[in-house]
This record gives sequence, C-alpha cells and structure tokens, in this order.
Amino acid sequence: MAKPEEYSRKEQNLQSVKVVSNLEISPGVFLISWKRSVVFIPGQVVKLAVDQLQPPRIYSICSGNNSDLTGVLFNIKEDGYLTPRLATAIEGDELLVSNPYGSFHFEDGPEYWIATGTGIAPFYSKLKSGFSGNKIVIHGARHFNQFYFKDEFERTLGANYIRCCSGGPSAGIYQGHVTQYLLEQNKFPKDYKYYLCGKSMMVVDVRDLLISKGISYNNIFSEIYF
Amino acid sequence: MIKDQLFGKDLNELQEVCLSIGLPKYAGRQLAEWLYKKEINAIDEMSNLSKKARELLNEKFDLGLSAPSKVQISIDGTKKYLFPTLHNRFIETAMIPEEERKTVCVSTQVGCKMGCLFCMTGKQGFQGQLTAGEIVNQIRSISEFRNISNIVYMGMGEPFDNLEAVLKSLDILTSEWGYAMSPRRITVSSIGIIPAMIRFLNESEAHLAISLHTPFDSERQKLMPVQIAYPIAEVVREIKSWDFGRQRRVSFEYILFKGLNDTPLHVRELSRLLSGIRCRINLIRFHAVPGTPLESPDEETVNNFREQLNAKDITTTVRASRGQDIYAACGLLSTKELISAKL
Repeated sequence: MAKPEEYSRKEQNLQSVKVVSNLEISPGVFLISWKRSVVFIPGQVVKLAVDQLQPPRIYSICSGNNSDLTGVLFNIKEDGYLTPRLATAIEGDELLVSNPYGSFHFEDGPEYWIATGTGIAPFYSKLKSGFSGNKIVIHGARHFNQFYFKDEFERTLGANYIRCCSGGPSAGIYQGHVTQYLLEQNKFPKDYKYYLCGKSMMVVDVRDLLISKGISYNNIFSEIYF
Repeated sequence: MIKDQLFGKDLNELQEVCLSIGLPKYAGRQLAEWLYKKEINAIDEMSNLSKKARELLNEKFDLGLSAPSKVQISIDGTKKYLFPTLHNRFIETAMIPEEERKTVCVSTQVGCKMGCLFCMTGKQGFQGQLTAGEIVNQIRSISEFRNISNIVYMGMGEPFDNLEAVLKSLDILTSEWGYAMSPRRITVSSIGIIPAMIRFLNESEAHLAISLHTPFDSERQKLMPVQIAYPIAEVVREIKSWDFGRQRRVSFEYILFKGLNDTPLHVRELSRLLSGIRCRINLIRFHAVPGTPLESPDEETVNNFREQLNAKDITTTVRASRGQDIYAACGLLSTKELISAKL
C-alpha cells in the first residue's frame, strides 16, 4: 500500500492559508473564508484540504473577485473526512488551497443560472463580482432555509430570482423541483446561455429538458458536484 | 436485515472473520480457497471446516453470490446480464465473445454521477456504489466464467468514483489467494479523476484507459462536465509523469461524434496532447442515445480519422460495435427503467 503522503505528492502546489471566518449560514452549511491573495474568475474552483493525509476536494469559489476574502460553500458529509474537519475550523486554523482554476466561466450576455443546493456558489461569486444584468437565477432547494444568499439575489435581481422549494409551500416561492418549474415554462430564449450547477441528476435532467425545448447543447454549460 | 457477505472479502478480512468465530487466523486462506478457487454455491460446501464453524458462518454471513436475473443475447453473440444488487437495485454486465477471447465488461456503480452528454448510464443519475463482491460477482456468476480471458471496467459507473471497492476487487482478481489473474488482462477505464487515478496507478498493475473524446477544453466541458474539475490536459500531464514500464498499458477512448470531434484539427491537437506517451487510441463509433443531440459519423470518416492518427505515429484502432441491438454497446448500459418501475 502506498503511504498517504504519496497520494498528495502531486498536490505540492497547495498553499497554506489561514481561516478568517467560518459561518454556518444554514444548518449544516458553512461559508469558510480566507484572505484573498490571487486573482480569479467567477466560476472557477479551488482544491481544498485540511492536511496532507487525504487528497483535496474541489469547491467552487463562493465570493466576489474584488472581495478581501475568498470563500467556499460546503455542507457537512457526516461520513466524510474533510467537511467535518472544515466545519470545526476557527479563525487562524490552517487550510491548504490550490490556485483557482477551471473553465466554468460566464459571459456578459444574457444568461440563465440554474442551481440546486450549494450549486448556487459560482453564481453568487458572479453576482458579488458585479455581474447581474440580463441574468435569471433559478435556485432549487428542499427547505426554505436552504436558499443561500437569498436577500442579495432578491435585492439585485428582483423578479429574475426564482426559488423552487420541493419540501413544501411558502409564499412567493414556486413549490416543486427546478425541473418541474422549467417543464412548465413555454419558451426559453435561444440566444441565452444556460449555466447549470448542482448534483448530477438535476444537471442531467435540466440539460435534457433544455435540449428537448430546442436549446443547443453548445449553449449549455454544466458543473456537477460529485 | 442484510447479512454480511463473505464473497468480496480480501484475505485480511477473511482472517478476521475466522478469528471472530473462533477459528485460527490461518483458516482465512481456507475460506479464500473456497470462495475464489473452488466454485461453491453455499457455505455448507466448505467441507474442510467443522460443522460448528459452518453453522457459525451461516449464522452471521451470506455467501454473497448473486445469479443474473436476466440475460439478453445479441445477434453478434454479445450477452447482457442483469444483476440485482444488495439494495434492490440493478446493474448490467456485458460479455463480449471474440474469436480468441471473451471479455467481460463490469459495472462499478448503480448509475453514474458524471453526467456525460453521450451516455445512457449518466441519464439515470446515481443510485449507489457497488461493493467489491458485487463487482467480482459479475464475473464469477456468469456462465462463461471459466473461459473469461479479459476484464474491462467500462460498464455502468465511474470506477474512480468508487475506488476502494474497485481496488479491492482488483486485489481479489489478481492475488494468489484470489483468482490469480494477470493484471495485464484487466483494464480500468476512467474519465480521469486525478487523485483516484494516482492511487490506482500506485496500488494496482492493471491497465488504464482514459475517456478523452476531444482534446479541446471547451468542447470536452460540454460533453463531460468533469472537465471543469479535472481538465484533460492535467490528466495527461499526470500520466506523462508515470513510468508504465513495458507491460502496463495506457490507452485513450475516443468516441467519434459526427462533425464535432472528427476533424484534422482534432488529429493535430490529439497528437500534440499525447506526444511523449506510449499509448494507443481506441476509436468508438457513437451509439445514438435517445434525446441526445449527437450523431454517429459514417464509416469513411471513422477510417479517415484512424489513418490520420496512425500517420501521426499514434497507434489507433477502431473498436467494433458489439451488442448494439440489445443496448449492450459502449455508453448504452442503463437500468433507469427498473428504477422507475420500482418507484
């Protein structure tokens, strides 16, 4: 058996950073941040680890590219290695972080941003980086308290911020899954780009649904959390 | 309550089983012998264990073998087996007979999380991981078991997203206490989850196949969302840093889509990307998947593409499409209908 350090020998490019804040923004969901030291493009990801014993995991950046802090959004996986440790991190604790990378980039044109759960992270990064014109956000969650950053999305996008709650009825919120909401829409503009982020089943279903409604797959960009 | 399964345990685990029922540790080898060398179908057939020991084993464990619940046979002889899994789900396994060999294509997950645009398995989402026993059972429990020459981990699921079970299954297949197969007869195919790939290269000697499908970042991202997390350039860079020796092989799978990834520009970029790696490319004709906006190229395009790559000194073969009429061909395995039926 190879030693654990051998697994991470290829991850020498991880930089040590100190936790500046770690907020539980919803039960079991945290926004952990450190001081921003590099330039990134909204939509990019970082590899994140708490030590060299296990390979890092990949998270979308969930902060604006002009902010002092860089953060990621995560939910606790009880049987996982990383997230229970991340959840207990406090100011001053060390994290190992890669340089931002990835090509889930957005354009300035009209776009749909479709997410479930913590898949909202790259879109929040874009919003906080100052991009909000011609954007329509559709966010799905099981419970009312899982619409992370709803105040900021609502304030900035108004009616272009649509929430779909599958867990039960709430005033002003579509009741049902994102796919159900999309299925009920008659027309999707063909000149828009469609960015999808979340778990695979949602991404695959939404992608198929958009294609069936005449959207070219060339205009659909997917990021899957696995 | 589901009992623990003996089939799929490695030697250390079998030794622990023995200790837990009061047998000496060395009896673990006897168990391995019964499980992986002799073709028993019940714990009671372990005739060199005492009756008491067999009773204790029966009390705590199931043997763990599971017969296929359905078999479909293609006009070309390919078979598709349907296996139930421990948690009342289903997986498919393909057996591809050729003149001089029989290859089994095993699944590693129920469904898949990777969401590739061209794959039927991806369309059913992810329903669960297979255990090492469930992976090896797909080989052990088919009628061709004794004549299997090659094993490919190219069925349902992403093997490197279920790495522990995959490594353990490889251990059972290749260890002297297990099936003692040569790892050179086994190929594990992945879309390139880099940390898992590093562990696989460290801990196994089986061949590696990487699903490439296009050398261009933006194109691959639309076909395979994993490209965002693990770009193919990084996957290839990692592979270049490994010494595969003379026996171990790395290959790249390349599904050809009409008008998308079959141009001279793709040949040039593939040549640049793979430069310095002793490898081969397997070209696969796209098998149409319902609801997918991709098409299969014609024969001439496939052959031209192969010739252009060969001219660049990249050994390139075209994989024969097998079992298409029973949805057993590459990218077509799926048990989505069975999930819907259950729900």
